[in-house]
Amino acid sequence: MLSVEVTHRLGTFTLDAAFESEGGLVALFGRSGAGKTSLINAIAGIYRPDRAHIAIDGTVLTDTATGIFVPAYRRRVGYVFQEGRLFPHLNVRQNLLYGRWFAPKAAGGTDFDQVIALLAIEHLLSRRSANLSGGEKQRVAIGRALLARPRLLVMDEPLAALDESRRGEILPYIERLRDELRVPIVYVSHSVAEVARLATTLVVLSEGKVAAIGPTAEVMGRLDLFPLTGRAEAGAILATRVAAHDTRFGLTILAAASGELRIPYLDLPIGTALRVRIRARDVMIALTQPEGLSALNVLPGTVAEIAGGDGPIVQMRLDCAGEALIARLTRRSVETLGLRPGLKVYAVIKSVAFDRHAFAGARQGAASADAEVAEG
Amino acid sequence: MPLAPRWSLSSGCALRGPGGGGDDRRYLMPLSFSPEELTAIKLSLRVGFWAMLGSLPVAVAVAMLLARGRFWGRSLLNAVVYLPLVMPPVVTGYILLILFGRHGVLGAALADYLGIVFAFRWTGAALAASVMGFPLMVRSMRLSIDAVDRRLEDAAATLGASRFWIWLTVTLPLILPGIIAGMILSFARALGEFGATITFVSNIPGETQTLPTAIYTFLQVPGGEAGAFRLTLVSVAISVTALFASEAIAQRAVRRAAGL
Repeated sequence: MLSVEVTHRLGTFTLDAAFESEGGLVALFGRSGAGKTSLINAIAGIYRPDRAHIAIDGTVLTDTATGIFVPAYRRRVGYVFQEGRLFPHLNVRQNLLYGRWFAPKAAGGTDFDQVIALLAIEHLLSRRSANLSGGEKQRVAIGRALLARPRLLVMDEPLAALDESRRGEILPYIERLRDELRVPIVYVSHSVAEVARLATTLVVLSEGKVAAIGPTAEVMGRLDLFPLTGRAEAGAILATRVAAHDTRFGLTILAAASGELRIPYLDLPIGTALRVRIRARDVMIALTQPEGLSALNVLPGTVAEIAGGDGPIVQMRLDCAGEALIARLTRRSVETLGLRPGLKVYAVIKSVAFDRHAFAGARQGAASADAEVAEG
Repeated sequence: MPLAPRWSLSSGCALRGPGGGGDDRRYLMPLSFSPEELTAIKLSLRVGFWAMLGSLPVAVAVAMLLARGRFWGRSLLNAVVYLPLVMPPVVTGYILLILFGRHGVLGAALADYLGIVFAFRWTGAALAASVMGFPLMVRSMRLSIDAVDRRLEDAAATLGASRFWIWLTVTLPLILPGIIAGMILSFARALGEFGATITFVSNIPGETQTLPTAIYTFLQVPGGEAGAFRLTLVSVAISVTALFASEAIAQRAVRRAAGL
């Protein structure tokens, strides 16, 4: 259980944010300058906030009201920095073991071999840190933080310095920390794709304040947050599971609450939970059940909310059997079709992006990247 | 002072050099030292070594203070540290004489309570040399401290290292090239120290007569050029060796710090 409440002034910027988490991965999401890094630096004890109350599992780390400030080195908050920050004068093994030296022996936690295996870094152990690739550096940095037996792991955009393919290389490892080691994580990011894939709880920060907080799918389905999250990447998350495989056409059928989605074959056992992200720009709206259409995926739903003001583009939230789906369309279409809250419509989905977090640990090779399937 | 300055004449003698005098072989046998010369060489090395080692911890502390500290009187400390670099060495030597002489403020106290005497002893020569080399040592260390990426120290703190351990396991290894360079500079400066040494502890053979003062003495006596020349060769050899050693060690340390 993590509880964070921080107020801190830095010039004209004021950070005034609070959130709580029951474990899993909390994503702090927002644009640059929203106060994400300041918030985790307060948690890690890197600076003293003006006013704050920060506690992990009942242990108070910062409480300005009573003058408690546990120094960073006694907090046992592991920190994975954006640029790795491996010690250049030590090799990989020495970097990994650095924190273990100082960690209380009774703290338990993961052992060396387990971490090495989980992050697949055994072949790097005797290397110098300067000879590692960006992705390897970040994996070592994660291992180093883990081996210090942290109560909590904070990660500051650990993938931002990497290119697209390297990101795909690291994501499964972060999922394994969350699902296999069950380390509580606070993860800072400005990437919708990362957050959609990783976060259990989503905290949206804007100008130092919490704009929204809640389970990831719920927060992602809110229309009023798009100016903050970025319109192009706006999208909703549906919880699905593998219902059947269509071997004749090489398709896998996913069951969502409101219907079925067909995607190219996935080598997964039936019943596997799968989180899919459907971007607003990939959703079309039809008033009647469409026929003579190549797209395979059509979900029925009800218009719940239309937002966007007077601009040419509006965002629309559909209620699909209790789950939110977001569509992005022109204001002209809204008028032509006469779309209004309460109307029954059909969402035609052009492309499905799915997240393999539920089984990333089991099959490392397959889960190399955020997969996306386009059809039509 | 036991010696009268006769620079122009003696350097004229020295310039005659090999082939200029009657007995050329004197110059070609640099390894057959007289006992007096050997004593000067050994003493010089001893003075240089202790001057370097004695000022090392103080220099590291002062360099850290100047690079990282934010306190009242920082610029004053800065000025005091660099003073020996800009003051005439004779003035530095005279100040040392006032402070650490037998009747000096500190010298009397040190002699009475700790039994440490600097005046007219080799320890005084080491003190003079260390004071003269101190600014060079501090400067070299400070540059390397300023170059340390402090974010690495933050990272060490999140891994559980206290300030002391951070300094020992992160800062110190990263500034090691600067420390080594500073030590070599200080040692080299100690070997060349003349003005402050001769003013503070005079030029006593076997006690305070180091290479430069011995060379000077040789040049004051007729027929002393051979000795002066041999000591000059030794002086050059020691300096060159020190420079090469420092270069090699610093290179290794730099490569290590860069993670290669």
